[in-house]
Amino acid sequence: MDFSYSEEQTLIANSLRKLLDDTYAQDQRQRYLESDLGYSADNWRQYAELGLLSVPFAEEVGGFGGSSVDVLVLQTEFGRRLALEPFVSTVVLGGGAVRLAASAEQQAEILPAVIAGECRLAAALGEPQARFDLNDVETTARADGGGWVLNGAKAVVMGGDTADKLVVSARTGGAATEREGLSLFLVDADAAGVSRRGYRLIDGRGAAEVTLDNVTVDGAALLGEPGAAWPVIEHVADLGNAALCAEAVGAMEMVNELTLDYLKMRQQFGRPIGRFQVLQHRMVDLVMEYENARSIALLAAMEADNPDVTTRARAVSAAKVYVAGAGRKMGQWSIQMHGGIGMTDEYMLGHYAKRLNVGEQTLGDVDHHLARFGAIAAAA
Amino acid sequence: MDLSYNAEELAFRDEVRAFLKDKLPQDLADKVKKSQRLSKNDYMTWHRILFDQGWITPGWPVEYGGTGWTAIQKHIFDEEASAAGAPRVQPFGVNLVGPVICHFGSEEHKQRFLPKIRSGEEFWCQGFSEPGAGSDLASLKTRAVLDGDEWVVNGQKTWTTLGHYADWIFCLVRTDPDVKNQEGISFLLIDMKTPGVTVRPIVTLAGDHVVNEVFLEDVRVPAGNLVGELNRGWDYAKFLLSNERTGIAGIGASKADLEHLKDMARLERKNGKPLIDDPLFQARLAQLEIDLMALELTNMRVLVEEQERGSPGPISSLLKIRGSEIQQRLAEMKMDAVGPYATPFILEAVDADWNGEPVGPDYAAACARSYFDRRKTSIYGGSNEIQKNIITKAILGL
Repeated sequence: MDFSYSEEQTLIANSLRKLLDDTYAQDQRQRYLESDLGYSADNWRQYAELGLLSVPFAEEVGGFGGSSVDVLVLQTEFGRRLALEPFVSTVVLGGGAVRLAASAEQQAEILPAVIAGECRLAAALGEPQARFDLNDVETTARADGGGWVLNGAKAVVMGGDTADKLVVSARTGGAATEREGLSLFLVDADAAGVSRRGYRLIDGRGAAEVTLDNVTVDGAALLGEPGAAWPVIEHVADLGNAALCAEAVGAMEMVNELTLDYLKMRQQFGRPIGRFQVLQHRMVDLVMEYENARSIALLAAMEADNPDVTTRARAVSAAKVYVAGAGRKMGQWSIQMHGGIGMTDEYMLGHYAKRLNVGEQTLGDVDHHLARFGAIAAAA
Repeated sequence: MDLSYNAEELAFRDEVRAFLKDKLPQDLADKVKKSQRLSKNDYMTWHRILFDQGWITPGWPVEYGGTGWTAIQKHIFDEEASAAGAPRVQPFGVNLVGPVICHFGSEEHKQRFLPKIRSGEEFWCQGFSEPGAGSDLASLKTRAVLDGDEWVVNGQKTWTTLGHYADWIFCLVRTDPDVKNQEGISFLLIDMKTPGVTVRPIVTLAGDHVVNEVFLEDVRVPAGNLVGELNRGWDYAKFLLSNERTGIAGIGASKADLEHLKDMARLERKNGKPLIDDPLFQARLAQLEIDLMALELTNMRVLVEEQERGSPGPISSLLKIRGSEIQQRLAEMKMDAVGPYATPFILEAVDADWNGEPVGPDYAAACARSYFDRRKTSIYGGSNEIQKNIITKAILGL
């Protein structure tokens, strides 16, 4: 049993931490947020140069052949600095769908540009009526000659505002909410009939509502077998949740660092407020939530690549429930412990709380994953 | 990163499983699984089986009878023993006073006491808490005054678990009243048969007699029964309490308890369907299982660290807090699982030899009692509030 990073992982984590230390000071981050792009194009290029965008992809297509634990190593660092670049949407979600669903030829066609930082992806899986049920798909794909015609609407597509290509789930058969009959397509974001309403999420990252109005794609746009995409969709969501949990753990680490520093520094009633037992005990609660969140995020990363869906789902949904629950409590408690300063936009704490919030509400909330885990646990 | 056991650990687990299958008496395991009351004989039967196997004192230095197990092996043993329904080994001799004697006792103490702790020939109890000294343990008042070559002890101890079974009690006594509280305490071993020792039962809120008051009136104790140095008892107590907290998360027992709860929830019905399929109940159950999973992993992280650095450190206080909360929630959900049959109270119904007709399912009688009894887990071994104070100082530096 070993909970530590490998030598290679430690090296990668250290070099990423250094890069982010140099490029993510608060005022720099604010500039990225205020730009049209919403993140640093320069950082994105550097991630590509460092090979970070290649991590989960096969060596045959120029990838690093890494695991979800390697992704965890990166995501923890991104979470610590609240990085804004579309790593999750491009590498974990969009890239995950491509590597799990697409043929070797398609991967060789698509992924080298992704790895080079020249093609940003987004996974357009959720729909306005679907909440978190990715099987609830009303978007349709109709066969037309050798190609397909897509119609429908996709909701809160993370990274969808800046993506070059979208991985779109659509129904080629089956009734609404059925798992059978779902297919995945790779669609150019600027194809005729695709309209995007881009916006920022509460944590500043970009996303979009996507409408598909008679979008025609050729036969090569279909990733995998028609009608058989559900297992890939479910797995991609698990990969995404494992990555979001790792990011949350990085953010939690900083929440605790900020809060503990504040308890030592802030003076009231003639002493540091950290001398008051009610705050000391709440701080212990924060530490406890962080440690357990970290433990279970490690489990999720270890199991996220497992092809056995029951084992994988049990670990990932457990992690999502725990991390999302802990993240919400930690956001609330840490703001309370800071008092007024915790309410300001200028102080970083609130930004961490908002990042934790987005993680909670993306790819299934606590209730969604509690039900998913509960069904597995009751049957076991 | 690798969250699985290595080949040696897996082989050890197989060895433990085979031993349990072979040696754990079925009737004893049944009593444990049904939460029935265990007698002294039940506890000692299991103690002697472990002694015969050479596994009764895994935590001791090897030269005194330790097994040399790693922290992970100890965890594997606890988990397997709990899953099989083995009773908890009573910790007072084996886990509490034993290591203190191993580390701080004289050669004479070691030869006199350690073998009989291991064999189970002598049963020990703990004389720390007093009516006026609970969380503020160092304020204890029981006095020991040297008279020739004997200590004369006067005072009162309380919450003495299984004191009515005990042959010996290890006590913290005040040997210097004129210095700071922590600096005037010594660690003294007292034979329970000495004149002046009186044990009086305390019946707890679930109707059980487990804890006692122990009165000490002019109890004369040989001077040689003082362990280590005079007035250094507080250091030995801290050493002992940190051992007490190791494994106090009770992960193995809680996992076994969770399985029992699930079995009950499959038998209980709601709206004509198994309770376990009720969305509300299932969600609560899932949250509890997830919290236990997270704690189990944190516990493993601590064990690996302990294995590498030799000591679990103050983070064991975190395990104690969350572990005790989970033990309480498990009892709570068992009580909720049996619904109205949680309330009938028949005192004898949890005795193994009771032949009466149960009211409701036979697993119901113990539920509400366990729920109330488990309130102790966040109080004993240093209350959870005290654990938070420890973390505040030792980890947070506040």
